[in-house]
Amino acid sequence: MAKMVLDFEKPIIELEQKIEEMRRYAGNPDIAAEIVKIEVRVNQLQQTIYAGLTRWQKVQLARHPDRPYTLDYISLMTKDFVELHGDRSFRDDHAIVGGFARLDDVAVMIIGHQKGRDTKSNVYRNFGMPNPEGYRKALRLMKLAEKFRMPVVTLLDTPGAYPGLEAEERGQAEAIARNLFEMARLRVPIVVAIIGEGASGGALGLGVGDRILMMENSWYSVISPESCSSILWRSWEFKEQAAEALQLTAPDLKKQGIIDDIVPEPKGGAHRNPEQAARVLKETLLQELKALAKVKPEKFLERRIEKFSKMGVWVG
Amino acid sequence: MAWFKRSKENIASETQKKEVPDGLWTKCEQCGEIIHRTELEKSQFTCAKCGAHFRIGSKEYVGIILDEGSFKEYDRRMRSGDPLKFVDTKRYRDRVSEAMKKSKLHDAVCWGTGTIEKQPIVLAAMDFSFIGGSMGSVVGEKIGRAIDKAFKTKTTLLIISSSGGARMMEGALSLMQMAKTSAKLARLAEAGVGFVSLLTDPTTGGVTASYAMLGDVIIAEPGALIGFAGPRVIKQTIGKDLPPGFQRSEFLLEHGFVDMIVHRKDLHAEISRLVRYFSTRSPGSHR
Ligand SMILES: [Zn+2]
Repeated sequence: MAKMVLDFEKPIIELEQKIEEMRRYAGNPDIAAEIVKIEVRVNQLQQTIYAGLTRWQKVQLARHPDRPYTLDYISLMTKDFVELHGDRSFRDDHAIVGGFARLDDVAVMIIGHQKGRDTKSNVYRNFGMPNPEGYRKALRLMKLAEKFRMPVVTLLDTPGAYPGLEAEERGQAEAIARNLFEMARLRVPIVVAIIGEGASGGALGLGVGDRILMMENSWYSVISPESCSSILWRSWEFKEQAAEALQLTAPDLKKQGIIDDIVPEPKGGAHRNPEQAARVLKETLLQELKALAKVKPEKFLERRIEKFSKMGVWVG
Repeated sequence: MAWFKRSKENIASETQKKEVPDGLWTKCEQCGEIIHRTELEKSQFTCAKCGAHFRIGSKEYVGIILDEGSFKEYDRRMRSGDPLKFVDTKRYRDRVSEAMKKSKLHDAVCWGTGTIEKQPIVLAAMDFSFIGGSMGSVVGEKIGRAIDKAFKTKTTLLIISSSGGARMMEGALSLMQMAKTSAKLARLAEAGVGFVSLLTDPTTGGVTASYAMLGDVIIAEPGALIGFAGPRVIKQTIGKDLPPGFQRSEFLLEHGFVDMIVHRKDLHAEISRLVRYFSTRSPGSHR
């Protein structure tokens, strides 16, 4: 059961609670029949509500506090995870995690942004907003992957790179730029999945790869709807319109030719059934890795650069 | 996240201050000196008294850095395709048309080939006057083509940055221009071709976090604002005032993120020296 309920989730959650209460009297055939009826209604309701979600509602789902984060996916999808720490230069950034892991029998380097779930863990994780050392740790791990000829899997989920004084002093821009540059030429396959929030350069700093996947209820754009609203509308009130204008959902990005595939989530979103969400993501990752394993580095490197070269729309 | 916000603030506050006006006389905002247009041009749009660098465009940089008459521009008429049909309080296409009319440019970057002390060079220079030098598909594509040209002809590349960041009216597509340009630079690097990045006031957001910070040698003009996040957002985040000189060229030099600060009058000579080193193969060296 979700700890936090979004407005549009309410009718479904309420019916589900009702079913749960009624189950206590399930011995009664009338009530059992009623349960079946309500279940059908829940199903229909889910279909209509989730088919008609606005872009802003999807942003809310992507930020749902019960949504699985990188370490949840790692524990649900992989075994034998060996977490590695530090950028060997300044310190360990807790907003990015990574290490060796096995997806079935495929050894990978898995790296992702990590948010916290409560105040304490959010402070520890800096709300999933990395400092330069986070990107540099990620790069260090990718270089290890290259050395041991292991594919890289990155999971993107950040409200953005941290806009702090020290982050600037230590070269936030350089750290992100360096990752884009190095990821473009890393000689092992890279599969990227946006699992929650893909906010601007802070997300892209882990986002260059051979295949780009997006979970059904994630978002990916150059700016958050709120910030976009505050700049273009000069008010924080227009986030819904900004989300529509930015076209930041998975189907939008598929249409724009930025992502390769959408990973379906359980009904109601990944937080309603993290195990199932992880199972589907894992299967998808394994398929992608299997296909990439057949391609020679020269070929996938050429294609990787081609892939990003094609992105954009211009006239003349 | 919010780096566009920061940059937009720069657009509002910084542009009005330093842009070269059309009139004959200009007042230096830094020292109050009144300078005549012809004097200004002679001093490459810097203040002879205090050294302040006025903001100038791609055309002026071409004139200052390249050998006279050597520049050949490509893709001058490339313009935005408005991929999202973006509308906020205004239509994006109207913003673009207005910017085109006002600046007499088609987008925020110009690129081409030329020579510097007779050595060939590929140059791309940004124009802050076009929607805050923001990077959308056109900037990404034109920078990309400049990199491709440098790659194919094994010619040193010079990119002059001046930008508030990514152009949010093109959504994720503008974000991807960071990946596109950086990926092409990776290929250029593998081919052993040199790349000089020149940072001018201001260089922030997505441009800084991609090609601007990837030069083999990074040069900054004196006093330029250079950063990822803009000062106002950082101030908001940390809740205190920022130290004087924060995110200025001199600050970046001290922290190890640029190689040198070069006065505009010396850019031609300094870049020429670098190009000469880039094309030197010392005896006994192999690659
Ligand atoms: Zn002055």
